[in-house]
Amino acid sequence: MSTPPKTVRARSATSEKSLNVAAPESGPREENPWLRAGANRNGRWSGYTHLLAARLREMQREPEVIFWVFLFPLLLAFGLGIAFRSRPASIPNVAIAAEPGADALLQLAQRSPQSLHARIVPEAEALDGFRLGRYDLVVIPTERPKNAPGDNTLPQIEYRYDPARPESVLARAQTDDVLQAAAGRANPLPAAAQASSEPGARYIDFLIPGLLGMNLMNSGMWGVGFALVDYRQRKLLKRYVATPMRRGDFLLALMTSRLVLMIPELGLLLAFGIVVFHMRVAGSWLAIVLLGVLGAATFAGLGLLTASRAQKIESVSGLINLVMMPMWIFSGVFFSYERFPAVVQPLIRALPLTALNDALRATILQGAPLLAHAQAGRLLVMLAWAALSFILALSWFRWT
Amino acid sequence: MTAAIECRSLRKTYDAKVEALRGLDLEIREGECFGLLGPNGAGKTTAIEILEGLLQPTSGEVRIFGRGWHTDSQQLRQWLGISLQETRLTEKLTVRETIELFASFYRQPLSSAEVLAELGLAEKADAWVGKLSGGQRQRLAVATALVANPRILFLDEPTTGLDPQSRRQLWEIVGQFQRGGGTVLLTTHYMDEAERLCDRLAIIDYGQIIAQGTPADLIQRLGGQNVVEFSVSFGHASASPNGDLEPWRALPGVEDARSDNGLISLSVRQPHVTIPALLEAVSGRGARLLHLTTRQASLEDVFVRLTGRHLREEA
Repeated sequence: MSTPPKTVRARSATSEKSLNVAAPESGPREENPWLRAGANRNGRWSGYTHLLAARLREMQREPEVIFWVFLFPLLLAFGLGIAFRSRPASIPNVAIAAEPGADALLQLAQRSPQSLHARIVPEAEALDGFRLGRYDLVVIPTERPKNAPGDNTLPQIEYRYDPARPESVLARAQTDDVLQAAAGRANPLPAAAQASSEPGARYIDFLIPGLLGMNLMNSGMWGVGFALVDYRQRKLLKRYVATPMRRGDFLLALMTSRLVLMIPELGLLLAFGIVVFHMRVAGSWLAIVLLGVLGAATFAGLGLLTASRAQKIESVSGLINLVMMPMWIFSGVFFSYERFPAVVQPLIRALPLTALNDALRATILQGAPLLAHAQAGRLLVMLAWAALSFILALSWFRWT
Repeated sequence: MTAAIECRSLRKTYDAKVEALRGLDLEIREGECFGLLGPNGAGKTTAIEILEGLLQPTSGEVRIFGRGWHTDSQQLRQWLGISLQETRLTEKLTVRETIELFASFYRQPLSSAEVLAELGLAEKADAWVGKLSGGQRQRLAVATALVANPRILFLDEPTTGLDPQSRRQLWEIVGQFQRGGGTVLLTTHYMDEAERLCDRLAIIDYGQIIAQGTPADLIQRLGGQNVVEFSVSFGHASASPNGDLEPWRALPGVEDARSDNGLISLSVRQPHVTIPALLEAVSGRGARLLHLTTRQASLEDVFVRLTGRHLREEA
């Protein structure tokens, strides 16, 4: 930038005046209000509101934030939702070997066409098709023993199935059931079945609250922890504390920015689940938002704790991953933590993300009220983590 | 009248080993521009950060307009405008947003628009900080200090790494602030900057003040006013070109002698006494004069004489 000297001088005439206004003749300025004519006055919350606005602008101008906070969870939900979408169990394909009695068997099988697809093919072709996976089961009619009970126009049958193929096992059970019932077996126990594949019990319904929890964790830890260490490394924290800025306001603004971001974060993913996967939200939106606030605050606290001393962003990145890794695995984001041994279950339940995920699932999927017995326990777990990490962080925190 | 900044026997020891400051006393009067000079690692930044209340001294006392950091830190923060070394402001905020953010921390700041106009940043007000040149960033750093409407401006190496044009612009700004009645404390690596801006200065080395006064006073007291520089050849290779400085130091009117890459520098009070004696001594020893100049002593001479180091060389 090049300003000719002439302009500098011209400017100095006006600027000296304004700096003169500021100059005290004697004593502290506060006692000399006449010198301050026209000066701005800032209120108690001016620092806080400016810090919050600056933080929000900074995040909004960072394309990476938009991607990781908003787009990435949607992509994850979409990908996993498609991969693990619910499909009706496929109808078994059954080959009946063309032997005497095959026609009678086919007639029996065709009485329940919704339960199995059966056709008659030569035995060799049937076995070939079975090997190649075209048929799940081969039914071979054989000669009926003379003393067998029941309808003696029917043959005896032999099933060829593969116990290592679930669809083959299923086909055997189902075919046997259909044939025996059609051949006149009486069920001693009357039973009725009702199909139930309601929204609320599918994988995507399990997944979305887990992703909500994980996303709150990720953006809380990174949004607070990483940002703080970045400020510290750039000596910006030191520059701030060289002003009369209230330190509490600074941290409060950082936390508030997380809460502000939490609303669209939560809303977008839930709306996506509702629109794309026809998810049903059983609980109240207010309860969901309150859980979001508590979750965001908990992980903001943990982020603050991991960032309280670290001088370099490399070291805080490692710490953040170290803290988050166990929760990705154990806290039931992608699959239920019930699969882990019973001994570690109490430990898993004590993790903040487990508490958040369980609470979100209970509220979103089952409409559990926040103060119901199990929910209250989860809220307490999160509150305890939040309180503990804030207290430790504030006593360890280094501004320089 | 109370001093703007006063400190008594400041000591700072890091990790119970490294003594960064070993008893520093300063008194800076209201309205003056005071410079702290010293080689790298001499303790300048430690000293200025203790005065700014950002570091705790191991022992000693700091008073700013008669008040201490322990009792009146909120009040003192309102009075100080600080530009630190190496602060990297947020790149994705605009210049105006940055200034307004800093202004928001003070009870009675100056108008952001005025400060930006004063520092020649008005046309960059809506540009992101990340897009500024080095000189513009440095001016913005000073702007964040000035918008506080401070009584004292602390500048830690404000012009390091700037081109001459940007340096002069910053000097102009500091001058304006001082003419408005403000007090300035700055550290610098540049002698011309110190000579031009500072009413008084202190040279620090190894955590202590080794000289203090106005630039002219220091030059007169310690620089010997004039410097005679020459080099000689003895015709044969046996005598080393640097040789022994004692014969030169013994010449009339010489206060100090040192040699630097074959060039011998004499600090002298009266060149008209020393130079004839020097010529006589050269021819008396059968040597030939290769080079001879005289010049006014500068702060650099004072500095080298006191610390044995050039100011800008790495410590």
